[in-house]
Amino acid sequence: MSEPILKVDNLKTYFFLASGTAKAVDGVSFTLDKGETLGIVGESGSGKSVTAKSIIRLLEAVGRIVDGSILFEGKDVLKMDNKELMDYRGRDASMIFQDPMTSLDPVFKIGYQMVENMRAHQDISREEAKKTCIQALRAVGIPQPEVRFDSYAFELSGGMCQRVIIAMALCSGAKLIIADEPTTALDVTVQAQVLKLLKQLQEQNDMALLLITHNLGVVWEMCDKVMVMYAGKNVEYTTTGRLYEKPLHPYTWGLLDSMPSLSLDSKEELKTIKGTPPDLRLTGTCCNFYNRCPYVKPICRQCVPEQVEVEPGHFVSCHFQTKEKRLTRGEVNPYEE
Amino acid sequence: MKETNMVRDHDSISEAAQAEMIRKERRANNAWHKFCRNKAAVVGLLIILVMVFLGLFAPWISTHDPNAIDVLHPYLKPMTEGHLFGTDDVGRDLFSRIVYGARMSVLVALGSTLLGGIIGIVLGLFAGYLGGAVDSIIMRIMDGMFAFPFILLSILLVTILGSGVFNVILAIGIGNVPRFARVVRGQVIIAKNEEYCNAEKVLGASKIRLMFSHILPNTLSEVIIYATLNIGSAIISEASLSFLGLGILIPTASWGNILKAGKNCLLKAPWIATFSGLFIFITVIGFNLVGDGIRDVMDPKMKR
Amino acid sequence: MVKTILKRLLQVVPTLLIVITITFVVTRMIPGDPVTAMVGEDFDASKMEELREQMGLNDSLLVQYGRYVNGILHGDFGQSYYFHQSALSMIASRLPNTLLLSVLSLIIAIAVGMIFGIISAQRQSTMWDYVLTVLSLFGISAPVFWVAIMLVLLFSVNLGWLPTYGMASIQADGMVEFLRHLCLPCLCLSIIPMGTFMRITRSSMIEALGSNSVRALRTRGISERAVVWKHALKNALPPILTVIGMQFAGCFAGAVLTENIFSWPGMGTMIQSAIDSRDYSLIQATVLVIALAFVVINLVTDIVYMIINPKVAAGAEKGGM
Repeated sequence: MSEPILKVDNLKTYFFLASGTAKAVDGVSFTLDKGETLGIVGESGSGKSVTAKSIIRLLEAVGRIVDGSILFEGKDVLKMDNKELMDYRGRDASMIFQDPMTSLDPVFKIGYQMVENMRAHQDISREEAKKTCIQALRAVGIPQPEVRFDSYAFELSGGMCQRVIIAMALCSGAKLIIADEPTTALDVTVQAQVLKLLKQLQEQNDMALLLITHNLGVVWEMCDKVMVMYAGKNVEYTTTGRLYEKPLHPYTWGLLDSMPSLSLDSKEELKTIKGTPPDLRLTGTCCNFYNRCPYVKPICRQCVPEQVEVEPGHFVSCHFQTKEKRLTRGEVNPYEE
Repeated sequence: MKETNMVRDHDSISEAAQAEMIRKERRANNAWHKFCRNKAAVVGLLIILVMVFLGLFAPWISTHDPNAIDVLHPYLKPMTEGHLFGTDDVGRDLFSRIVYGARMSVLVALGSTLLGGIIGIVLGLFAGYLGGAVDSIIMRIMDGMFAFPFILLSILLVTILGSGVFNVILAIGIGNVPRFARVVRGQVIIAKNEEYCNAEKVLGASKIRLMFSHILPNTLSEVIIYATLNIGSAIISEASLSFLGLGILIPTASWGNILKAGKNCLLKAPWIATFSGLFIFITVIGFNLVGDGIRDVMDPKMKR
Repeated sequence: MVKTILKRLLQVVPTLLIVITITFVVTRMIPGDPVTAMVGEDFDASKMEELREQMGLNDSLLVQYGRYVNGILHGDFGQSYYFHQSALSMIASRLPNTLLLSVLSLIIAIAVGMIFGIISAQRQSTMWDYVLTVLSLFGISAPVFWVAIMLVLLFSVNLGWLPTYGMASIQADGMVEFLRHLCLPCLCLSIIPMGTFMRITRSSMIEALGSNSVRALRTRGISERAVVWKHALKNALPPILTVIGMQFAGCFAGAVLTENIFSWPGMGTMIQSAIDSRDYSLIQATVLVIALAFVVINLVTDIVYMIINPKVAAGAEKGGM
């Protein structure tokens, strides 16, 4: 088997705050192959975005990667020098953010930014770059790309901006696209279009896609593999098919239950997970989910569950989901008060 | 709320550690502690306190009568014959004059800021809240006043009003009005559109009540920041006027007119200008530091 | 864009009128009688009455106001009682010198202040930043006339490097001498606006550097130099531009306060002598001319602002501004 595009191993990113150390990402591992899509799901604050930012090594001043490794095509991202890092960020990996309007510089024309981006990492002339950019704009479905080339970001709609950013990734020939909630800020109809476009371009160009979202429906549509994160930890990691077919972690169950169903006969009320996630400054001594888990037992408060490969390619971190024992969904919890 | 809930659930973590964390957090968010953590702001506060102290207790702190002329000993160097900062052109003790000058500077600066602030707040409140023609008229007049470089407006006003402490306060105070009015108006327009104000309106609160009891408090933080910074510039304004020979006139001591006297005998007694100016400089630094400190505390966006 | 600029131009008219009205009201409020001030106390009473009639002081205020505005429109800003000259011609002879000083100082202040501000923002919370922040604090806190005195003491009196006094002409004294005479006044006047530009540039740059678009640029691997000096700087410009007008006013006012110390033959020395001789009408005329000039300067900065910032222009055209 060839080398994976991205291999993240035991990544730990901590934020050093005045009031303590927040373990924003606490030991996350996954791999991503060429042409593959990995979805990371979880509620806000679960460390999804921090994982993404760690991968391109662009964290806020208080955040630091304290442990683990990130290998891009076998090369350690954490050991890259400045030049390599710049080319890695601009050429090999491309990041798409939640808010497309502010991801483009408001005071420069989009064409200028696209050309600048290409010329920063490739040795081509301005004219050539412009040609490529206009092609890319056409490829992402922007009407009249020659005219739009000279527009400012504020003259475009959110969906259009996101397309421009995707076009930038195309121009630079990115092998990995990291999309951090790329459609959250867009209208529902536009969301589907943008996702479809992403999927289509990914298949055409054989890119790897890391899709961060809180929408399980999007994961189902787009992803080959999925990782569920909770409070900085990877609680379940498997293929999309398996996750929907046989989810194992109680948190995943809760997540799936809280998905609104569109079928006509379901009039039942939406289920939610009660309680709030723990403060990230206090995690690391027990199972992070114990205070909201309906199946909680004393051991959950005593030690951190190990990540176990219960079946080939299916990883779970729960004291009761191992090769030997299994917890079944809906089982009564004898310890609940 | 969220915080306490979460903590209660975490019984596996030692109570003491949690309590410690909460205490730290609360402390970190407390305005006074935030201010105190900013060392520069504390230095500024100390400077202001020292100057206010000098001004308040001038008669006890000064070593000589500030107006006592001693023609036999003009231009004495600092630290000679019991004169800490030396004497001026007619033999008055410079230290005592500077101490009394502090009284004048702080008085004029506070007075004019208060005066300008009150008029400006009222005008800004009406302009911002009532809008329409009232707003246009008030703000156009403010724009007109704004067109004058600040010191020139004060020069013009002192020219009409004449010199003297009260007139200087009045002149600088009036000059301050447009800035305060602008600041307040901007804040009022923001506050006016907030939801809770609409709710109050529906509940039938009167306009005046709404203005003074709901909108005004919302503009205060901005006004306080602005006023603190303004006191610094008011000190410079007073000194400028006195320096030009328009503000506080000799023999009453003010930092500006001591500096003016110092300028005239710069070659003979450079310390006169140096010391008086240094006091202005340090005091203004003090107010600027405190103003910045308050801004940092009140406006989390402006983190340093 | 043209429409926005025209709209802005129209807004100037009421402001100009108010400036004129303020000076008019002030003129009428001057203590004492202008005729007495002009000819002295012990002048023949009937002659004085005649003069008063001649000057139109007995007309109604409205008529006087009309005449005042009319005079200003025709370039009549009144007479200096003391120098017996038209105020406008006196101002005209002095204005270029003061303008030279303040414009030059402003340019120095913008250039140095912005560079330091950018460096400071880029190295936030380092030694550089602290040193520059303290320097900028000194800059904005220093009373300009004291700085002038201290500079004269240091460079002219103690070190003897630079001339203390006056202005040199390029023709008569040569370029070098001309510049040497400019050094101290310019240095002095640029210090305060420099501090302001440093602070504004720093905070505006810090905001720009923390913005989403800059973060996005960084994820695209654009070099740090381009991110800071091109993208962030252009985004940070608007607040810096808006203070230029006010800082120019500051430079000008500073010139008024310090010219006397450097014996610079400009508006400042003129105002000082007008103050010393209680020549009210000259003071008013000067203040009025300066205020009118500032209305125009603010107008120009606003228009430049619109041209530089495409979003403002677009927003204003849609009627959003």
